[in-house]
Amino acid sequence: MSEVRNVSVKDVEEAIYKLALDAAYHIPEDVLEAEKKAYEKEKSETAKKVLETIFENIKVSSEEEFPLCQDTGLGIIFLEVGQDVHFTDGYIVDAINKGVERAYKDGYLRKSSCHPLTRANYGNNLPAIIHTFVVPGNKVKIIFDAKGGGSESMSKVQMLKPADGRDGIIQTVVDWMIQAGPNPCPPTIVGVGIGGDFERAAVMAKHATLRKVGQPSDDPVLAEMEQEILTKINNSGIGPAGLGGLTTALAVHIEMEPCHIATLPLAINTACHVNRHKEIEL
Amino acid sequence: MAEYKLTTPLSDEDIIKLKAGDKVLLSGVVYTARDAAHMRMVESLKKGEELPFDPKGQVIYYVGPSPARPGKPIGSAGPTTSYRMNPFAPILIEKGQKGMIGKGKMSDEVKEACVKYKACYFASIGGAAAVVGKAVKKAEVIAYPELGPEAVRRLEVEDMPLFVCYDAHGNDLYEIAKKEWANKL
Repeated sequence: MSEVRNVSVKDVEEAIYKLALDAAYHIPEDVLEAEKKAYEKEKSETAKKVLETIFENIKVSSEEEFPLCQDTGLGIIFLEVGQDVHFTDGYIVDAINKGVERAYKDGYLRKSSCHPLTRANYGNNLPAIIHTFVVPGNKVKIIFDAKGGGSESMSKVQMLKPADGRDGIIQTVVDWMIQAGPNPCPPTIVGVGIGGDFERAAVMAKHATLRKVGQPSDDPVLAEMEQEILTKINNSGIGPAGLGGLTTALAVHIEMEPCHIATLPLAINTACHVNRHKEIEL
Repeated sequence: MAEYKLTTPLSDEDIIKLKAGDKVLLSGVVYTARDAAHMRMVESLKKGEELPFDPKGQVIYYVGPSPARPGKPIGSAGPTTSYRMNPFAPILIEKGQKGMIGKGKMSDEVKEACVKYKACYFASIGGAAAVVGKAVKKAEVIAYPELGPEAVRRLEVEDMPLFVCYDAHGNDLYEIAKKEWANKL
């Protein structure tokens, strides 16, 4: 057991504010590295030109006049709270929302949240979507994921049959990503959640997109599946921006948890080629 | 594959010469509209009301830009995914719209409308939004300001880089490119 530690939600608000601005204008280094490697291996001239445009875009954006993408996303927050943390100075959820609202206003970021039926824009990009996990210790880890609608729309949860097994999972993911084609802004990072239950699979799939790009799963069985799916997706020929080439996905990341004997939940969540996410520990 | 410089409004002659895979540098006025604006425009047509602009010869860019910084006409302005406009595009093409700019696949109905009424679907690179934003020289909201990023804007663009994706001859760049590069690993 660690000692109980006070953490002011004002510090959380400030952290969220900085992470959101950083994510919108500066691509994660591991994503850029993976794209540079893909560029070296790419054989299609068009694909190389698309990747060069993507690099140019990253450069223009880093000067902070224009965000990486006009769709600056909803703010998705993975919040890992040590069980010995005591939040002070207000309600943590309000603080997170305030940080998001301020960043999207001050940073000239697009406000994309709307009423699901009337489609009226709320004008503040709220609410943030917060996934909270209680963990050992007295620290707070925050991952901010700016998730755009194009890649998010190319997601799905499917309850497979246990008999579908490994091959059924691979086939479903590959078929889905080929069907998605140019829509999620390839080259993508494909997050896959296997097991758990209906909603846990979805959370795992999204969390998997945030792993260091191309770092294989610790589980050798999953690492092999990741490679097999990646090769099959990249053999589709879809290529960067869907204009043909060898680089349709940069990586496939799988997370897995135990599931019910009657189920085999599978979720797929896709991150586009800017995969904006930043993290901090308080 | 050819490269063309085109200026809006576009004519049948402009469209007929284009082939899937050609590169186009587009200049002139383009109008922005995405989901909510399309819903309203098609609703207006049903009621016999006027549209915010005459679609004849025009190009609609599927985009919801980020806010402009002071002194800039627009923020980042890359294409949104086009399939969500599938129900609306054929209606506007029939009214004379000559081009759509977006990313991702559209429906067979859209492809057929491009052939029947001589129109073209241009693909832009999704996520290259800062680069595209720089091609916009002037921007003005002309309808539905309450929709925020989804309002209809009149943009003046200069040499906006595009690929001809669906041409007026029934070709589809995404399908052609995919076939060419499949099973090459």
